[in-house]
Amino acid sequence: MEFLKHTLPNGLQIVAECNGQAWSTAVGFFVRAGARDESEELAGVSHFLEHMMFKGTPSRSADDVNRAFDEVGASYNAFTSEEHTVYYAAVLPEYQLRAIDLLGDILRPSLRGEDFDVEKQVILEEIRMYEDQPPFGADEKCRALHFGGHPLAHSVLGTAERISALSVDAMRAYFRQRYSARNVVLAASGRVDFDGLVAAADRICGSWEPGSGDRQLAPAAPASQFHVVRRDSATQEYLVQLAPGPSANDDDRYAAKLLATIVGDETGSRIFWELIDTGVAEQASLGHFEYDDAGIFMTYLSCEPGQTASNLQRLDDLFAKVQQEGISAAELAQASNKVCSRIVLASERPKGRLFVVGGDWVQRGEYRSVRDDLDAVGQVTLEQIEAVIRKYPLRLSTTIAIGPLEKVDRPH
Amino acid sequence: MIQSHIFDNGLVLVAEPMDWLESAAFTILVPAGCIHESPDRGGLSGFTCEMALRGAGPRDSRQFINDLDCLGVERSESVGESHTRFGAATLAGNLHEALGIFADVLRRAHLPAAQLEAGRQVMYQELRSVEDEPAQKVMLELRRRHYPDPWGRPSQGDAASLQAISLEDIRNHFQRVYRPTGTILGVAGRFHWESLKDHVGNLLGDWQPSEAVDPAESHHPAPYQHLGYDSNQTQIGVAYASVPYRSEDYFPAWGAVGILSGGMSARLFTEVRERRGLCYSVYATHHTLPHLGGVFCYAGTSAERAQETLDVLLAELQRLGEGIEEHELERLKARIKSALIMQQESSSARSGSIARDWHHLGRARTLAELDALVDGLTSERINAYLAANPPRRFTIVTLGRKELEVPLGVS
Repeated sequence: MEFLKHTLPNGLQIVAECNGQAWSTAVGFFVRAGARDESEELAGVSHFLEHMMFKGTPSRSADDVNRAFDEVGASYNAFTSEEHTVYYAAVLPEYQLRAIDLLGDILRPSLRGEDFDVEKQVILEEIRMYEDQPPFGADEKCRALHFGGHPLAHSVLGTAERISALSVDAMRAYFRQRYSARNVVLAASGRVDFDGLVAAADRICGSWEPGSGDRQLAPAAPASQFHVVRRDSATQEYLVQLAPGPSANDDDRYAAKLLATIVGDETGSRIFWELIDTGVAEQASLGHFEYDDAGIFMTYLSCEPGQTASNLQRLDDLFAKVQQEGISAAELAQASNKVCSRIVLASERPKGRLFVVGGDWVQRGEYRSVRDDLDAVGQVTLEQIEAVIRKYPLRLSTTIAIGPLEKVDRPH
Repeated sequence: MIQSHIFDNGLVLVAEPMDWLESAAFTILVPAGCIHESPDRGGLSGFTCEMALRGAGPRDSRQFINDLDCLGVERSESVGESHTRFGAATLAGNLHEALGIFADVLRRAHLPAAQLEAGRQVMYQELRSVEDEPAQKVMLELRRRHYPDPWGRPSQGDAASLQAISLEDIRNHFQRVYRPTGTILGVAGRFHWESLKDHVGNLLGDWQPSEAVDPAESHHPAPYQHLGYDSNQTQIGVAYASVPYRSEDYFPAWGAVGILSGGMSARLFTEVRERRGLCYSVYATHHTLPHLGGVFCYAGTSAERAQETLDVLLAELQRLGEGIEEHELERLKARIKSALIMQQESSSARSGSIARDWHHLGRARTLAELDALVDGLTSERINAYLAANPPRRFTIVTLGRKELEVPLGVS
């Protein structure tokens, strides 16, 4: 396993974790463009733009793009988050060059007006689909309440109103601003021909404007609110709760992940034994998520509406107990084993490593091997976890409930 | 090379070494699927699986989960028509210990009376969650109506049947269907074959066999069914008959579905989403039972565009019957070949594939064999299959605010 990197004259960074034994090659462009970079009028543009990238370039029609991906047998896709848009493909090693050629080409799209109009309908259908599916947008609504005026409050999908009103010119301007070379990392993993990777990137992306690559960071000032949204058609009640946690640049994040595993992993955690094993909730979990300048602990609960208030009380009691008594050494050892095993299993595929290698670099400009991550998890102490508990009280949270209930009693 | 061994009690062990991996994974298919439930006890297999994980052998339910966590075992369970599936993946050094824990589940599950009501609540929760997932709901109903009963049954059961299930039902069901005859244990990853075989022999070799009975079948009426539902989108499900995995025609039939759906240049994605922007999600998938196959198509779109979406979808199914083009097949082959090679990166995927192969064929195909079968696929062969078996006699289920018009003669 070898880590290699290179920067093109225009600032585009190339990183690769090369494993000559791998069966496949994964490549991806990681763009620093996400919901947080949008103004209010542009809400949802990053995600819409991600769709438009597949709609053709000066040298390829949309059909050409789709056919070309299928011709190299690629397992490919793209996704948009609050902070990044990622375009990736996993291919057999002999198709590395064609995959980069294609991904690089689509990142300079034509953004034609007529394609924009058709794709707008697809985006609106996607928004309607999520509106019909649990948790019915509760996660984005809760993030909006929690982060208030901070850019992390922005919705990734946007709203039907904003998307309908969006113009193709506004999208083109946003594209020019965010998709400049300094805002892009090309990452690769698996059986990578690094010299070939750099040469291809230079040929395809070397002429991209450098741009500024700026992003406005600001300390978050999370709110503590409690909202209930009534939705008669739902059968279950859904609840999302956000509490502050360590950010992506905070060394406490490993302790935070272990704490979330101990308290709220989907199996074997305190929440599991209290709410899932007993059958009082359909799903209940706690996870830690990290961004450039903030982090969150997210609690998720779905259950029979009549049990919502009592489950909320159970969660609150459970968090209070963690706050007062901390966690045990046995719990830490068990969670540490579990997390380490997951890291190893997820790393077996080059595609799995791509998101870690590319994600670490675009977020922190840092390379971490599997070993580095296993060591970091293995070295977390009880004291570090207790420090996280003190610094980020789980009970200080924003809560949103969506479902048939008009009112949900807050825990006391 | 794939190794296999059939123990005297009928248990099959099939294993594929993947020495380049750090992990090992196993898939256990126990002949405890929902076809073995009586209609008034729908959900019994799922409920039994839930209870079997609440303590087995020397471990109570807490110790069971703790020990698996400490071994770093990632596990999942599901209930299908024929089998209950237990899947697990872990670091290679922990394989034998993990197998030991699951052997206890198969043979010495406690099925504790004290946890019966908690287990029942878990089953109710799952049932309720489907009510809030319109896309899943429509496809469950489509499968139920398309296949002869009991092959299309949903594993969740219904509220009345779950209420009726007693501890005695669960214990009897466990006694009857958790048995070595028909159980397949697929293992893949880093392991030593001889010691694996000995270990499995020690764990399960003296498991007592018993006889199985195949269920009788009955057919559903009415090819079109609309379910009223308060939602933004209308969900559309369309099914038609195909051939099972063991059929000689399987690869042409499956290949034709791959031209319809799969990559982004496939027909449904191109015609329904890319050209017309009718929906976000549209797909077709080939499904196989031991003796029957089916193609299941899905599209979800807003109510006012649902009729057009159904019309375009049906037109594409009809056009498929007229044949495919050579270039479409070339792209399909490229996708399948990549997917086959990439299976070698996942012990979980391979353990599941070889176990399923054994269930359908009585042996497991190697990746090289599958590769040769894909190479042998020609557009002539697919077109000959489609000419003899064009998509027709559709089962259609829609879910949403408004019923759709199904053209006469289509279904």
